[in-house]
Amino acid sequence: MEWQNVPTPEEIIDVGKKKVGDFWRFSRWFIVAIFLIAGLRGVMYSIGPDEVGVIQRFGRYIGLSSPGLHVKIPFWVDKVTPIKVEKVFKQEFGFKTLQPGVKTRYSRGNYRDESLMLTGDLNILDVRWIVQFKIKDPVKLMFATRNPLDNIQDISEVVMRRFVGDYSVDEVLTTKREEIDDLAQQEIQKIIDNYQVGVQIITVKLLDVNPPERVKPAFNEVNEAKQEKEKMINQAWEAYNKVIPKAKGTAEKTIREAEGYDTDKINRAKGESERFLATLEEYRKAPDITKKRLYLEALSDALPKAKEKYIIDSKQTSILPLLDIKNKGGN
Amino acid sequence: MKKLRTIAGFFIGLFAVVIAVFASGAVYVVNETQQVVLTQFGKPVGKPIISAGMHFKTPFIQEAHYFDKRLLEWDGDPNQIPTKDKKYIWVDTTARWRITDALKFLQSVGNEIGAQGRIDDIINSATRDVITSHLLVEVVRDSNRILQSEEKGEDVIVTDEALERIDAGRETLEKAILAKAKVLAPQYGIDIHDVRIKRINYVEDVRNKVYDRMIAERKRAAEKYRSEGQGKSAEIEGQVSKELKEITSEAYRQAQVIIGKADAGAVDIYGKAYNQNPEFYSFMKTMETYKHTIDGNSTVILTTDSDYYKYLKSLRD
Repeated sequence: MEWQNVPTPEEIIDVGKKKVGDFWRFSRWFIVAIFLIAGLRGVMYSIGPDEVGVIQRFGRYIGLSSPGLHVKIPFWVDKVTPIKVEKVFKQEFGFKTLQPGVKTRYSRGNYRDESLMLTGDLNILDVRWIVQFKIKDPVKLMFATRNPLDNIQDISEVVMRRFVGDYSVDEVLTTKREEIDDLAQQEIQKIIDNYQVGVQIITVKLLDVNPPERVKPAFNEVNEAKQEKEKMINQAWEAYNKVIPKAKGTAEKTIREAEGYDTDKINRAKGESERFLATLEEYRKAPDITKKRLYLEALSDALPKAKEKYIIDSKQTSILPLLDIKNKGGN
Repeated sequence: MKKLRTIAGFFIGLFAVVIAVFASGAVYVVNETQQVVLTQFGKPVGKPIISAGMHFKTPFIQEAHYFDKRLLEWDGDPNQIPTKDKKYIWVDTTARWRITDALKFLQSVGNEIGAQGRIDDIINSATRDVITSHLLVEVVRDSNRILQSEEKGEDVIVTDEALERIDAGRETLEKAILAKAKVLAPQYGIDIHDVRIKRINYVEDVRNKVYDRMIAERKRAAEKYRSEGQGKSAEIEGQVSKELKEITSEAYRQAQVIIGKADAGAVDIYGKAYNQNPEFYSFMKTMETYKHTIDGNSTVILTTDSDYYKYLKSLRD
C-alpha cells in the first residue's frame, strides 16, 4: 500500500544524512575533476575554420596554429590570439550603416567632415564610399602597427581625397568613378603595405557622390537644360522632316510636268509638220487647184462664224457711209 | 603515499620560487610589440631590449621602462593655414611614427604623451611652411591631368584659377612636409615614417562663396545648353529653308532646261518641214488664222475682187 511507504520525519533526516555522507565520499573525485577541467581549459584551445591562431610564448611570437584543437602551456606562458583571416571587413566613409538587412538604414548625420571634399576644379562634392578588406598577414596585423583599423581609415581618406582632388566635378560625378575606385584601391594598398598593416584591400567603391545640398538645384537645372536642348533639336528636325520631303515631291512634280510639256510640244510639232508635209505633197501635185480649194475651205469655215459680212464692189472707194447707215438703223 | 607527498611538496616549492622570482622583478616579459629600457636608480643600463620574450634583470634595483615598438599614429588638429594665393583653408594632417631609439626617447620626451606634443610642433610647423609657400590648386590637385581632360572638351565651364598648370601636387607637398619633419625628429629618438594630408577644406565663409560660384557656374552651363539648343534649332531651320530653295530652284532649273529643249526641238521640227516650201506654209498658216480669227463678233468686208466672190462679180459682168 502506498501510505506504508511514506517516510516518517526521522526517516527523512536519516536519508538526508546518508546522502550527505555519500557526497563526502565522492567529493574528492569531484574536486579533482573540477581542477582537471580548469587545467584542460588552460591547456587546450580551438581555432575556428575561418581563423588562424597567433601563438606567443612570454610575449614572443613563436608560430601560427591552423584550425582545430591544440595544446598550449597554461598559466600566462602561452597566449593564443585567434585572427579571422577569411572574413571580409567593411569600412564606411561619409555614412554609417545603422541596421543592415533587407531594408538597410543609414545614418547620414554628422559625417560631412568626412564626406565633403574639394575637386580638382576647386568645387566641393559630398562623397561617400566604402572600403572592403581582409587580413592577409595576421603577424603583421598584430605586431607591426598599433591600430590597423585607424590606418585603413586614415589612408582611405587621404587617398580618396587626393584622387577626387585630381578630377573635375563632372568626372567624379559620372564618367571616372570606376577609374577612381581602381586607382584608390591600388594606392591605399601601396601605402598600407608600406606601413605593414597586413591587410589586403579587396574593393574601394564610390557610392553616393552628390553636389552639396545648396548647389543641388543648380546641378539639376543643368540636366534640365540638357533635356531642353535635346528637345529643341528634335523639334527642329521634326519640322525639317515635315517640310523637306514634301518639297522634294513638289520639285519632282515640276520636273515631270516639264517633261510632259516636252513630249506634248514635240509630238504636236511632229504632228503638225507631218500634216503640213502631207498637204504639201498634195499641193505639189496640183498647186493651183489645191491652193484655191484650201482658200475656199478656209473661208467657208470662217465666214459663217462672222457676225456681219459685207460684200462690196471693188470700185467702191469708201465703205464708211455704208457702215454708218447700218449702225444708225441698229440703234 | 609518503613519496607522493614529497613530489607534491617539490612542485609546491618550485611554484613558490617561480612566483617569488616574478614578484621580485627578476624576470620580465617583453611583448612582440614592445621594447624596454632598463634603468638602475634612474640611470639607463645597457642597450634597449628590442627582442620579445622573457628577460632577466637585477631585482629591486633595476627598473624596466616599456615603450611601443610598433608604427604609431599621430593625428593633428586641423589648422587654418593661408595658401600662397591668400586662400584660407583647413588642413588636417595625419602622420605615422615609431620610437627608433628608446633610450633617447626616454631621456628627451619621457613618454608618448610628451612625444605627441613634440610631433605636433614639428609637423604643424612643417605643414604650415609648405602650405603657405604653395598655391591652393597645388594643395588640392595632384597632377595636371585635369588640364588634359578639359582640353578634350568637357562641357562645363571651369574657373581659370583651377586650371593653372602646377609643378607640385599634393603628394609632392606631403613628401616635402615629411622631409622637413624627418630632420627634427631623431633628437627625440623618433622616426617620422610618413606624413599625409588627410583633409583640406575651405573655411566656412569661403565655402559659402564656393557654393555661390558653383551655382553660378552651373547656371552658366545650363544657359549654354539652352542657347546651344536654340542655336542648333535655328541652324536646322536655316537648313530647312536652304534645302527648300535648293530643291525648288533645282527643279525649276531642270524644268526650264527641259522646256527649252522641247521648244527648240519643236522649232527644229517645224523648220525642217516648213522650209520645204515656205510660200505654201505662209499660205496654209494664213488660211488657218482665218479660221481662228473670225468669230461671232467679227465683221467681214470682202470686195468682189476677192477670189471668193470673183464669180459673183463675173455673173453680173
